[in-house]
Amino acid sequence: MQGAGAMSRVVIIGAGHGGFQLAASLRQNGFDGAIVLIGDEPQLPYQRPPLSKDYLSGKIGLDLLLMRPASFFDDQRIELVSGVAVAEIDRAGKTVLLADGKRLSYDHLVLATGARNRVPPLPGIELDGVCYLRNLAETEALKEHLAACRNAVVIGAGFIGLEFAAIARSKEKPVHIIELTERVMGRVVCPETSAHFAKAHRQTGVEFSFGVRVARLGGEGGKVTHVVLDDGRSLPTDLVVISIGVVPNEELAAAAGLAVENGVVVNEQLLTADPNISAIGDCASFPSRHSLKNPVRLEAVQNAADQARCVASRLVGKPHAYEALPWFWSEQGELRLQIAGLTTGFQEVVLRGDYAAGEYSAFCYAGDRLLGIESINKPADHAFARRLLAAGRNVTKAQAADLSFDLRAAATARG
Amino acid sequence: MPRVTYLSHDGNSTTLEVPLGTSVMQAALLEGLDGIVAECGGSCMCATCHVFVQEDQLKLLPEMELGEDAMLDGTAVPRQPNSRLSCQLVMTPEMDGLVVTMPETQT
Repeated sequence: MQGAGAMSRVVIIGAGHGGFQLAASLRQNGFDGAIVLIGDEPQLPYQRPPLSKDYLSGKIGLDLLLMRPASFFDDQRIELVSGVAVAEIDRAGKTVLLADGKRLSYDHLVLATGARNRVPPLPGIELDGVCYLRNLAETEALKEHLAACRNAVVIGAGFIGLEFAAIARSKEKPVHIIELTERVMGRVVCPETSAHFAKAHRQTGVEFSFGVRVARLGGEGGKVTHVVLDDGRSLPTDLVVISIGVVPNEELAAAAGLAVENGVVVNEQLLTADPNISAIGDCASFPSRHSLKNPVRLEAVQNAADQARCVASRLVGKPHAYEALPWFWSEQGELRLQIAGLTTGFQEVVLRGDYAAGEYSAFCYAGDRLLGIESINKPADHAFARRLLAAGRNVTKAQAADLSFDLRAAATARG
Repeated sequence: MPRVTYLSHDGNSTTLEVPLGTSVMQAALLEGLDGIVAECGGSCMCATCHVFVQEDQLKLLPEMELGEDAMLDGTAVPRQPNSRLSCQLVMTPEMDGLVVTMPETQT
């Protein structure tokens, strides 16, 4: 194997989807050197998407959340360093310093540090009953508060806020969502899809306030009791979920002198300016052929795992540019949203299917270029959308709108 | 406890005890089998837990829902008449002895 001598020790910072997948893929690709996987959480690596879905709802337990059993890491000779943060990267000495004082050397270092919750600078943010939903510990705390909750307020109407709302409503808890902009999931879906989702959530009893800012959180005895809005309203609550997005964990890279700009800057092979350091997943800012504007930083399991596979391939001597098609999904009660491609910057939307019945796809275009497809309770369209877009095939607006146009044939055509 | 046999594309065989109510996908992940990825965690969203079921056992399985049928059109290795997504194969007593073959790649 090329470079097996020079590349005998890979250290991965971050044991989320990207970090775990990289370790697993290195072994699948026959990498024989040492692999160290460092995570700042105490558990074995686990899957995050179910946290805001089946795990929060109580449908599955921790056992089904784990990526792999403990024995997998022994069998695969993956050294897990859990519950420890990394304090510093020494690029000249090719070592990382752990928060507990240990120093680990690397031949190649991969930053899979992910992202963390954006915390609004609100008075009262430290009150008990103010919850987040990104990692396991936060989800455990939220689950407990939700069980006892009488009135939930959600700040931010993105995927996480809406997924939480759907579960809270299934437990018949009153939910009021505060959103600064005028629509739900405004950063990721078209206005038509926002409108459909807002309507569907309203029908299950979710209350929304759009275009309003939270002024402060009020409390008594250390516990949150109300949310004060800047229009003067005061909403009584005993559970506030903060879901206003994330910020990339780029500080380690920045402190080591690597370029950061909304994430750790990497090239099309996911390599930083230091040939011994790569970055993948939520923390990486990279150029994508699927994006209208570059670089991009994506918050998605698919992206983290596919970037991990790309870097694993490079580290065993088979380098290639990262070109995987991005895709995303969300489950909110009966609503299933699947997105293929990157729709940011779209100018026009063509709806295909039965919008009123909530089974449709939204084809998003910039000029004549199809950027991406949002499928709502329409999984067949999504499967074809992924194939179409991955192959770089265009579907014209007229074809998209024409139900007699055969999407399957277009997606599965050879050549 | 009912058993499921997993065949890798190159013929390696692993037989696991799968508790009732656990999916064929979950059991494979818990064991650390290589051939199933299950990127979405079992929500029928990603089509990376594709398996081929031994033909004469298809009738023993839970009926395929529309979502699964649709996502099977997006698998990395093209679907066959005996294709299923293993996250949707939740173990029942009738499925004891099930044999599934994992495709060469899921992504």
